[in-house]
Amino acid sequence: MIHREVELRTLLTEGLLGRSADYRRFLECLGPHLRAYYRNKLSRSGRGDTEAEDLVQETLMAVHTRRHTYDVTQPVTPWVYAIARYKLIDHLRRTRPGTADVPVEDAGELMAADDHTATESTLDVERLLARLPAKARLAIRSMKVEGLSAAEAAERAGMSETAVKVSVHRGLKALASFVGGRTK
Amino acid sequence: MKTDELIGLLGTSFEREPVGTPWMTRRSALAVAGGATAALFLALAFLGLRPGLTQARPLLFLALKVAFAAAVGGLALRYLVRAARPGGESRVHLGVVASPFLAVAALAGVSLSMTPPAHWHGQISGHTWLECLVSIPVIAIVPFAVITWAVRRFGAPTDLLRAGALVGLSAGAVSALGYSLHCMDDTVPFVAVWYGGTIAICTLAGALLGPRLLRW
Repeated sequence: MIHREVELRTLLTEGLLGRSADYRRFLECLGPHLRAYYRNKLSRSGRGDTEAEDLVQETLMAVHTRRHTYDVTQPVTPWVYAIARYKLIDHLRRTRPGTADVPVEDAGELMAADDHTATESTLDVERLLARLPAKARLAIRSMKVEGLSAAEAAERAGMSETAVKVSVHRGLKALASFVGGRTK
Repeated sequence: MKTDELIGLLGTSFEREPVGTPWMTRRSALAVAGGATAALFLALAFLGLRPGLTQARPLLFLALKVAFAAAVGGLALRYLVRAARPGGESRVHLGVVASPFLAVAALAGVSLSMTPPAHWHGQISGHTWLECLVSIPVIAIVPFAVITWAVRRFGAPTDLLRAGALVGLSAGAVSALGYSLHCMDDTVPFVAVWYGGTIAICTLAGALLGPRLLRW
């Protein structure tokens, strides 16, 4: 588990310095831990795997959009655990009042198990994209869904490369807010 | 959507925005400085500077009030920056936050023990307790709004009650700092009861509002 912490911390700090491969690897490592955590917690209150997957994705989004709140002098695991626990409480409070009874436990619990079998969440990427402005939608679809480079996406959209990157950036922010607010 | 797709989306979307730890602290400090300036400006504009600041006793008491408010505010901000991070609430020590209140209460006790009980009432209520009771919470509204905005924008508190209380405490302290420039009641018991009490009210209000205002 200490090994895990060291690995995650290295990946995140490297990622925050701008190495997107490390950052991506960091998110990939978190996914299974979050999944195991939420499935375990939600199955106790009789809820399904889809709901757990929604929370996994919401937490990954939160980790991403709030990554500047990570203090590099502190361990990563308690930081992620605090976000995961907060999102769980928030979810339970939103969906059924009175069940927000989640004890503060050891942060190590999050890293104790992992679960690689992803199910699909209720998020439909196409439906979310449809809510974005046309420019951002095209840019995100080209770069993130079809995997074109910024230069290729720029050519297709008839925009400058910088404009495409800015559109993607803004669009993803908007997507994150849709996801965060969808059940409110 | 599959989680792997989401990770793909997120993992490549951030090269343009490298972020470091000092960024958050710097932004929050700027916000608080803005709130404090607003509070000082409001206090001076609506209440005016007290007279008599060329004499020793008023200056001494102004220094006491400023020191108390600054100590409370400094500690509150130090812990607020911690509580604004996920999991940071475990590094907030309430005993330390309370220490300036205990110190001023002890000083007030010493001061009262040296006065005859017949004068205690005058020492505690002073001349302007009502003005103090109203002004500090009212002036605190502006810094409260600014600091709340900063925490929402730059932070991610996971204990909203505690983070809200610290926002209220910081705003109350900043407001008391502004009010002290106007306040003409120069006794230690007055500072302990009315400054301490109004800052505590602000803290309570923050704790009540935190879970609503600071959600993310």
